[in-house]
Amino acid sequence: MAKPLLEVDDVTVDYVTDVADIRAVDRVSLTLHAGEFLGIVGESGCGKSTLLFAIAQLLSPPAELVSGRVHFGGQDLVQLREDELRHVRWRDYSVVMQSAMNALNPMKSIGAQFKDTIRAHTRMAPAAIRARSAEVLHLVGIDAVHLESYPHQLSGGMRQRAMIAMALLFTPQLVIMDEPTSALDVVAQRSLMNQIKALQRQLGFAVIFVTHDMSVVGQYSDRVMVMYAGQIAEIGATASVFERPLHPYTKGLLEAFPSVRGPRRALTGIPGTPPDLARPPAGCRFHPRCPEVRPECSTLEPAVSMIDGTAVRCILYAAPLEDAV
Amino acid sequence: MAVPAIVTEPGLIGAADTSRGTQAVQRFTQAILRNRKATAGVIILLILGFAAAFPGLIAHDDPQAAIYDQSIGPSAQHLLGTTQLGQDVFAQLVWGTRLTLIVTVVVSAIATLISMVIGVTAAYVGGMTDRTLSLITDVFLILPTLPLLIVLASYLPPGTITLIVVLTLTSWAFQARQLRSQGLSLRARDFLVAARVRGERTSYIILVEMVPTMTSLLVASFLGLAVFVVGFAAGLQFLGLGNSTELTWGTMLYYAEQSGALEAGNAWWALAPGAAVALMGAGFALVNYAFDEISNPALRPVRRRRGKAAA
Amino acid sequence: MPDQPPSVATPSATAGALLRTDGLTRHFRLGGFFSKLVLHAVDDLDMTIGEREIVALVGESGSGKTTVARLLAKVYRPTAGEIHFRDRSVRSLRSRKDVLWYRGEVPMVFQDPYSAMNPVYRVAHGVLRNLKLHRPELDRVQRRLEAERVFETVGLTPGAAMLRKFPYEMSGGQRQRVGFAQALAVRPKLILADEPVSMLDVSIRAGILNMMAKLRDEEDVSILYITHDIASARYVADRLIVMYAGHAVETGPTEVVLSRPKHPYTQLLLSAVPDPTERTPTVTADSGEPPRVINPTEGCRFRWRCPIAVEECGRVTPRLRRMGTAHEAACHRAIPDGVQAVAEMSPAAQTVSETAP
Repeated sequence: MAKPLLEVDDVTVDYVTDVADIRAVDRVSLTLHAGEFLGIVGESGCGKSTLLFAIAQLLSPPAELVSGRVHFGGQDLVQLREDELRHVRWRDYSVVMQSAMNALNPMKSIGAQFKDTIRAHTRMAPAAIRARSAEVLHLVGIDAVHLESYPHQLSGGMRQRAMIAMALLFTPQLVIMDEPTSALDVVAQRSLMNQIKALQRQLGFAVIFVTHDMSVVGQYSDRVMVMYAGQIAEIGATASVFERPLHPYTKGLLEAFPSVRGPRRALTGIPGTPPDLARPPAGCRFHPRCPEVRPECSTLEPAVSMIDGTAVRCILYAAPLEDAV
Repeated sequence: MAVPAIVTEPGLIGAADTSRGTQAVQRFTQAILRNRKATAGVIILLILGFAAAFPGLIAHDDPQAAIYDQSIGPSAQHLLGTTQLGQDVFAQLVWGTRLTLIVTVVVSAIATLISMVIGVTAAYVGGMTDRTLSLITDVFLILPTLPLLIVLASYLPPGTITLIVVLTLTSWAFQARQLRSQGLSLRARDFLVAARVRGERTSYIILVEMVPTMTSLLVASFLGLAVFVVGFAAGLQFLGLGNSTELTWGTMLYYAEQSGALEAGNAWWALAPGAAVALMGAGFALVNYAFDEISNPALRPVRRRRGKAAA
Repeated sequence: MPDQPPSVATPSATAGALLRTDGLTRHFRLGGFFSKLVLHAVDDLDMTIGEREIVALVGESGSGKTTVARLLAKVYRPTAGEIHFRDRSVRSLRSRKDVLWYRGEVPMVFQDPYSAMNPVYRVAHGVLRNLKLHRPELDRVQRRLEAERVFETVGLTPGAAMLRKFPYEMSGGQRQRVGFAQALAVRPKLILADEPVSMLDVSIRAGILNMMAKLRDEEDVSILYITHDIASARYVADRLIVMYAGHAVETGPTEVVLSRPKHPYTQLLLSAVPDPTERTPTVTADSGEPPRVINPTEGCRFRWRCPIAVEECGRVTPRLRRMGTAHEAACHRAIPDGVQAVAEMSPAAQTVSETAP
């Protein structure tokens, strides 16, 4: 097994407020190998975006990384100072945000913003800057003439592609994406995802892709991580998780998506709502909504067990105590 | 087919029983105590309010009684000295609080009310109404305030009412623009469209649906306006345009100036009311700042934890 | 928990339609006073909604579906065309009494549960106002009871306790139920639901969709379900109307349209929906460019993205044509059921003929 590209080790993030500290991410660990596509899926409030920011070292107050390490390229990103981080950022890993309109400067042309990004991280002659900018735009299927365009002149899909192009300026080894397709139509989404996969094959970078959409994750990712209330519920190869979901929450999520193909079946959804992280339920955080709940679930916090390569945090899979020895 | 009942979260039951008013007051008091600016501002205003309500408890002398030695400086019996006519300056200051405060509050309240009605109506109704009301607002904005104040005050009969009228007319326009902007941003909010779709009248929508959601802006308008009104009122009275028979800090300044207090040996007669005006303004301003921070958490100062995260 | 999907109503003939639009059109003028730019949000839309059915209006952003909702809710006035509700022209409703009547028959549920309720009042506010405006025969006590009843109908139990909550105390799913409760309170014939589940978590959506089907079955109400998600439309709707660039491009019973899509756009939409069982997705040449609706020319508005467009498509705007029972598509190249492919078409454009169901 090759050395992993990224190792997230027991990361915990708190939102520090006057009233109480809210644990948004609770002891999350994951590994990512070169060229792998990991999808992180969960509903609102599960902590997936916070986790993403923690990995990318983009947390800002009141969010604080309370403990854990993020090993990338032989270094623990958490320990690096801001100037050391700047060497790593964008060259070794880059970030694509949820809404291009939030991340792109509406007052500057695309080309100008690419130039700013390049110059923030390295010295390059203007001709080389322009050449590289045109090259990455071409990679994502946008005509180089749009270097002169302003963000509002491009369609939503094109803007997202421009964001991805910007993320690829230095051909990083890892691209982190926070719901890049949620603002897009289904057709634009399909086109963008195909583009991302093609680029992945071509350039070999790994992807961490955060979304709430199980179908997107199911179709495009190699491995999937399901988060609930700040914790990992399940993580494993996508094909396995989708064919044989282990955690009741994963099962519930998969059953909540209506499909266009195949026979019409009843949708059940998951009753109740995600917990208030300021006062999470005792024991397993999912137990108030779990259809397979057991009496122990309200007192015991389940540990993570490995079943056939999939890690799952559920008492249903915990090894019985007699076999532990 | 039965729809499963929604599981409510454990903490919520019971929270709905306290009325929103009580909850808001509780949160507000807590917030004030935690915010230093707010505490300072509220203390200042409370002291001034107390002085306005019960002046006799603080200053024992009759402010109008011209029985003391004239134009002496501060001493044990006369904390701020006496006026040219032998009145106790400290007593005047304390008794003058009432009218000063009343004028400030009344003008700020009425001006805020007018600007709210005009601003929000312009925003919600739009079209010709908006253009007309905005034009009126702009006209009142561009009018040079001080000259207008002077002209109006000299033509109308002198007195507190005139002062209130004149100040209100010249100060409502500032906030009307801001309230209109806020109204415009609210206009497309779904709950207003929803009110329209269920058939509510326009006047109902403005008064019952829009205005209550703008209370924090209205309070901020009121407080911000008060800061300026207290100064403007004093300024007008200083120029002799108020009713000089009434006792306010502004009229104190007027008389002090007339009598040349600064040269005559009782500088405090001139300085004290000026300082008091500044103090009242500061009180309103501090509460205004704090109010912003309380109602908009994004403005609160960020307190960082000491030390980097341990491994 | 349901073990069967919601039942699908049999498609009704348009005779006795609850709501019918006739050439419904809405344009917006863009730019300043001197600008000649006109945005054609909705053009020439003919659609019907029958009693006790859920009709899904499916389209991407820019398709005009939200504008249709606002037109039907009498928030916008049509630029041209007519809306007939129970055989009365909606445009002709001018007096407050008439308009109020219409609003009591056709309420709307909004997309964003976080801005659809006034945060200053308890959630009972909207329901009680609706009852006061539209059911004047009830007195105060009866209004309260009725509010409790509709709350419980949408699954917010116990009704009395839920009525006292403030919006911030409720989750997104609960707030959307309040939206439906508000609509139900007026005893409507047709509820306009503008993307009611798009902003909700997936696990909550199913509950709302099931509730909508229950309302149709038990409360005798029709729903116009506006959405961009064709999968949820399939789950809950009896009929589909697919919109593109302000036009209706295909209509028909849900399963028919999804199993035998006739319009290239419908086919594109269906192929673009992600399918977890399909591990290597098909690559389409389409990049999802938004439609051109500003000062559009004659002809089909989908032609620039259409794989089978011909010369006629650029000249003549296609109208809805019959493809099968109650199934229509607006495409010059679409082949109706039971018709053999025409021999002189180029091999690349030839489509396999469909046999009648």
